[in-house]
Amino acid sequence: MNIVRNFPAVSILLCLFAGIISSGLKKKMAGYVNTVLISIVGLLSISTLFYVLSTGEAFVYVMGKFPAPWGNEIRAGVLEAFMALFFCIIMLLSLFGGRKKLTDEVEEGKTFLYYVLMDLLLASLLALVYTNDLFTAYVFVEINTIAACGLIMIRQNGRTIEAAARYMIMSLLGSGLLLMGLCMLYDLTGHLLMSNIKEQVAFVYASGEYRIPLLVTIALLSVGLAIKSALFPFHAWLPDAYGYSTVSSAAVLSSLVSKGYIFLLIKIIYRVIGFEIFYESRIVDALFAFGLMGMIFGSISAIRENDIRRMIAFSSVAQIGYIYMGIGMGTQAGMEASIFHILSHAATKSLLFVAAIGLTDVSGGSRQFIELTGSGYRNKWAGVAFTVGSLSMVGVPLFSGFVSKLLFAQAAVQNDIKMLPALIVLGISTILNAIYFMKTVIRIYTPLEDSKYGSITFKNMKLYVAALVCFIILNVALGVSSQPIVDLIGQGLAMFS
Amino acid sequence: MGANLFSNYGEAVAMILFGIGFGNLLLQSNLIKKIIGLNIMDTAIYLFLAEKGYIENRVAPIVVDGVQSMEAYINPIPSGLVLTGIVVSVSVSALMLSITIRLYQRYHTLDLDEISIRLKKEGL
Repeated sequence: MNIVRNFPAVSILLCLFAGIISSGLKKKMAGYVNTVLISIVGLLSISTLFYVLSTGEAFVYVMGKFPAPWGNEIRAGVLEAFMALFFCIIMLLSLFGGRKKLTDEVEEGKTFLYYVLMDLLLASLLALVYTNDLFTAYVFVEINTIAACGLIMIRQNGRTIEAAARYMIMSLLGSGLLLMGLCMLYDLTGHLLMSNIKEQVAFVYASGEYRIPLLVTIALLSVGLAIKSALFPFHAWLPDAYGYSTVSSAAVLSSLVSKGYIFLLIKIIYRVIGFEIFYESRIVDALFAFGLMGMIFGSISAIRENDIRRMIAFSSVAQIGYIYMGIGMGTQAGMEASIFHILSHAATKSLLFVAAIGLTDVSGGSRQFIELTGSGYRNKWAGVAFTVGSLSMVGVPLFSGFVSKLLFAQAAVQNDIKMLPALIVLGISTILNAIYFMKTVIRIYTPLEDSKYGSITFKNMKLYVAALVCFIILNVALGVSSQPIVDLIGQGLAMFS
Repeated sequence: MGANLFSNYGEAVAMILFGIGFGNLLLQSNLIKKIIGLNIMDTAIYLFLAEKGYIENRVAPIVVDGVQSMEAYINPIPSGLVLTGIVVSVSVSALMLSITIRLYQRYHTLDLDEISIRLKKEGL
């Protein structure tokens, strides 16, 4: 047995252990442990990715000594390993970008707890990505929720605690539905491992019995995960949670936490219910419709917003809508576009959050647009980075957002019925995106003669600038060399079944 | 349909309780009532699992008197799932309660909508 096969399990355990150890460390040390941990997990994910690419098939790692129908399993394919790697990169860059801010916003003695939460979050994300057992997935969904809640309220003020309460309530509703769905699925099939459930679901479906329970189960699972990932009507908690928490938290929450749930949903579609059965259930049409609504209403709310952080948060609602639209398209191409958009949105949104904090810092800490006038000159790096992020979100060629929009459009053309609404809404949403992002870019580059705020020099923010540059490179790389990544996603999806 | 419902009355009750808990968690504005709703919802799921896992005249699979036949025992996994679920719901309840305490200390009210209104006034 090749040593690489242990890596997925080892990386999850490493994160959990690092979390435990960090809780007894001083602030600086916990930060170092966290950085080293994320780098190691990233390296392990790269080796897993190359190993899976070289063997050409996914492998299953048995946790403990019990074989398939009883024991617990981890499964790694191309897509899983790639997602794990990508999550590590984004998390590391978001933490670098927000490190300076973290010390200002979090109480002195509590910074190490932030890294404990980050370690736990990474562990749960990895487990969501790798696990082959539905109940394990549920447990880690809850760990993910708890860690995310901690990340929101570690910056203590009224707003964040209220946001955390609202976040918890929405998440708990989602996980209640998810758990109910899992229990019903277990009753229908008698299994908890994804591969076994899929066989049984196909069997039950072919026999023609239990149609309604199966439909209800699929609905519960999809709605539960949709609530947790803030699909349109369930997004009320999102602007406060992203808008007022510390910057690394906002970047990680918007680009990783919600994406972890969406990835789990995609896994459930492919590996638990089965692609065809899921699409015949018509639940996808509901996801498609809510995705479209999210794309428009998220953008409209963002236009009305006068606070830069909340504007970016509302833009997340729209982007989550894009992803669900792709899932709802019901084609392989739509799914590929969705997964590419998960990557592109993660890279762009965390860039925007990190850049926005640079801009507000040189505007006296105010996030209102009026105060931000000319801040692109006062903090040149953040200005450039924000512009790049905006262009990418709007979908200008060269940047990653363009590729995902192109993929969505291509996928839409393949579906006769959904083509028209998808293309129309895609167009409208792009225009709306352009309105609010370009408004902001113009605002930050409007010269201000007698600014009361001083500018910031490169020397004071080396780590921050390094993070921004890496984000920009990542964005351009996703935009320019999209074909290999799309091929990789296709390969990964093929490995799912 | 009706006959099915009657023979599975345990599951039906679990579903009704789930609905009650879900509604309370979603609609109540008092945080404590929300948490009670959460617990009703989770408990309903465990009732559902327990109801599904139990088979009449069978016992938990602990071999004491040498009976090895599969017919004598129930499947232990639903019970195991209930235990895991209880652990999860205890920890989220604790977290919710701690958030409630924090909010109460700050605003001296348990009403989430009231807290939102005050936050708007504070203009934070």
